[in-house]
Amino acid sequence: MEILGLLSDGLLLALQPINVGMILIGVTIGLFIGAMPGLGSVNGVAILLPITFLVPPESAIIFLAAIYYGAMYGGAISSITLGIPGASTAVATTFDGRPLALQGRASLALVTAALASFVGGTISVILFTLFAPLLASVALSFGPPEIFALMLLAFATFVGLGGDDIPKTVLSICLGLVLASVGFDEISGEPRLVFFDISGFLHGINFLVLAIGVYGIGEMMWTIDTTRGKITTTESRMTLRGAIADAGEFLRRAWRGTAIGSSLGFFVGILPAAGATPGSLMSYGVAKMLARDGNEYGKGHPDGVAAPEAANNSASTGSMLPMLTLGIPGSPTTAILLGGMVIWGLTPGPRLFTDQPEFVWGLIGSFYISNFFALVINLSFIPLFIWMLRMPFTILAPMIFVLSIVGGSAATKDMHDVWLIVIFGLAAFFLRKFDYPLAPAVLAIVLGPIAEPTLRQSLLLSSGDPMIFLNRPIAGPITVIAIILIFMPLLKMVRNRMRQQSEKTA
Amino acid sequence: MRRGEIVTAFILAALSIYMMWKSTELDIGYATGVGPGGGSWPFWLSAVMLICTGCIAYNWARRSSPPSQSDEPVLDAEGLRMLIQVGGGIIGFVGLTSIISIYGAMALFLFYYVRILGRHSLALSLAITLLTPTIFFFFFEGLMRITLPKGLSFTDPFFNVLYDLIY
Repeated sequence: MEILGLLSDGLLLALQPINVGMILIGVTIGLFIGAMPGLGSVNGVAILLPITFLVPPESAIIFLAAIYYGAMYGGAISSITLGIPGASTAVATTFDGRPLALQGRASLALVTAALASFVGGTISVILFTLFAPLLASVALSFGPPEIFALMLLAFATFVGLGGDDIPKTVLSICLGLVLASVGFDEISGEPRLVFFDISGFLHGINFLVLAIGVYGIGEMMWTIDTTRGKITTTESRMTLRGAIADAGEFLRRAWRGTAIGSSLGFFVGILPAAGATPGSLMSYGVAKMLARDGNEYGKGHPDGVAAPEAANNSASTGSMLPMLTLGIPGSPTTAILLGGMVIWGLTPGPRLFTDQPEFVWGLIGSFYISNFFALVINLSFIPLFIWMLRMPFTILAPMIFVLSIVGGSAATKDMHDVWLIVIFGLAAFFLRKFDYPLAPAVLAIVLGPIAEPTLRQSLLLSSGDPMIFLNRPIAGPITVIAIILIFMPLLKMVRNRMRQQSEKTA
Repeated sequence: MRRGEIVTAFILAALSIYMMWKSTELDIGYATGVGPGGGSWPFWLSAVMLICTGCIAYNWARRSSPPSQSDEPVLDAEGLRMLIQVGGGIIGFVGLTSIISIYGAMALFLFYYVRILGRHSLALSLAITLLTPTIFFFFFEGLMRITLPKGLSFTDPFFNVLYDLIY
């Protein structure tokens, strides 16, 4: 009952005119950003974070969370009409969404994606409302060893479950952590890692500098290089009567995928560093595996659209759970949100629920409202979004570059940082060419300022004995899971080799 | 791609060694009662980075990573042209910011991109070139009260007129 009271207070806060305005603008921008190939929620949140300093923190995060939500809906639009995923979270939507569009059933695919997203979003917000206070109350007892163990788990998840090249992933994490340590050493007060003695490094490297460089400059250049600007849309006409018929077909043929995506997506989203992309891909795979007509998947099955779309929305809410309750981002986007909260003077973590209940419950309330508005705006303006998708990339790309440079300049007020954005952007472009994952670096630069002090405090508590991370009741199991995750790829490799050898001998 | 991957690994290894060396300006050991020295965190992380570059080089030698198996160029002629045109445009934009203000540099960059690279009509190019900096100026300086770089002093008379409109 207490939760219902807090939730109703949160809904009232979220329904204040300024916050409703933020939700409407955020969802609309998010839908557009999500729909644009090469842009995802992480780009939108990174580029637009600097312009949120005008409004109070709760409105700012509601705005950014609405962008996140909107982008999850929007990703499906380009996956279906262009055949190019708007974001990595919508890759699985292409598998069946594009064939449906090519069969002249783009309307069914778009309506299915919107409704599945709404159901996934709603179920996940309900789960979030139930789980968040419980997790936060447990996390209140966490000390430095537990917090550092959680950080280790976040990085280990990238290594064990990320699916990328392991040495490159570890290198990316370490690079982010080292960049976070540039500036002054907190204990001795002495300058640290001031590269080439350039004074601009004395104030450290803001996480936004790396995030905007990677997602605003590097990723856009990557998109220009890979697509060469050759993007064509599929014509899709939508009528009210057609949409109602499509909604009926969604209920008949896509309920199973929606249910799988909604539940699986949420729990995958909770995993630190997992996020919506693996959630949507896993849900697609599970839905296909459990379906009687699994061979129809990939040819234009509405369930194949519903499962990943329900999952990516559900996972986006799920990834907010560790961010708010433990101070650990569940995805690159929530890593940037977490960094924003620190800038606004808020400390993410369990104390947020007791110290800033209005903020937390206002945000949770905004999830419900954002979800509703995202559905309405998405269905109402699909033709407009498709029209906007035809905007030449040679107009959109310079706008994004300008937003990145101006946003970075406004946030840091230092030309040194603007040059760093450009350098990081160019470096990210090349590193991505060689399959270096960059999301771990962004996550690490956000978590670095928490990880280092908690490691130091833990070692001081134990007089330098690292066993403190293993012999405490909460930190121990978390550390063990993290170690298992780190060694999982190695174990898989050994197992595969042994299997290959046994096959050879057989 | 194959040669590019090993060159990138070498650059990252050099960066790791530089960061390890730079970290030693502070204590990298453990002092009783004080805890790990200020340089230990970046030093050991950089050391892990160096080990990772070794693993990347090992995988490259075994041709086990996709880029090490690829004979494609890192950038073909069109990709290289894109990098020079777009990357050069962005560097020019930031470089001009300190001279003709961020708004002036933005206008030039937009005209260059939309008109020259995008080959859009002059009317559309001019509309984007003039409207975007104007909207940005009134949004940041007027609404958000955030001052962005104005370049050298010769731009002052122009901005004074605009400030008169805001205040």
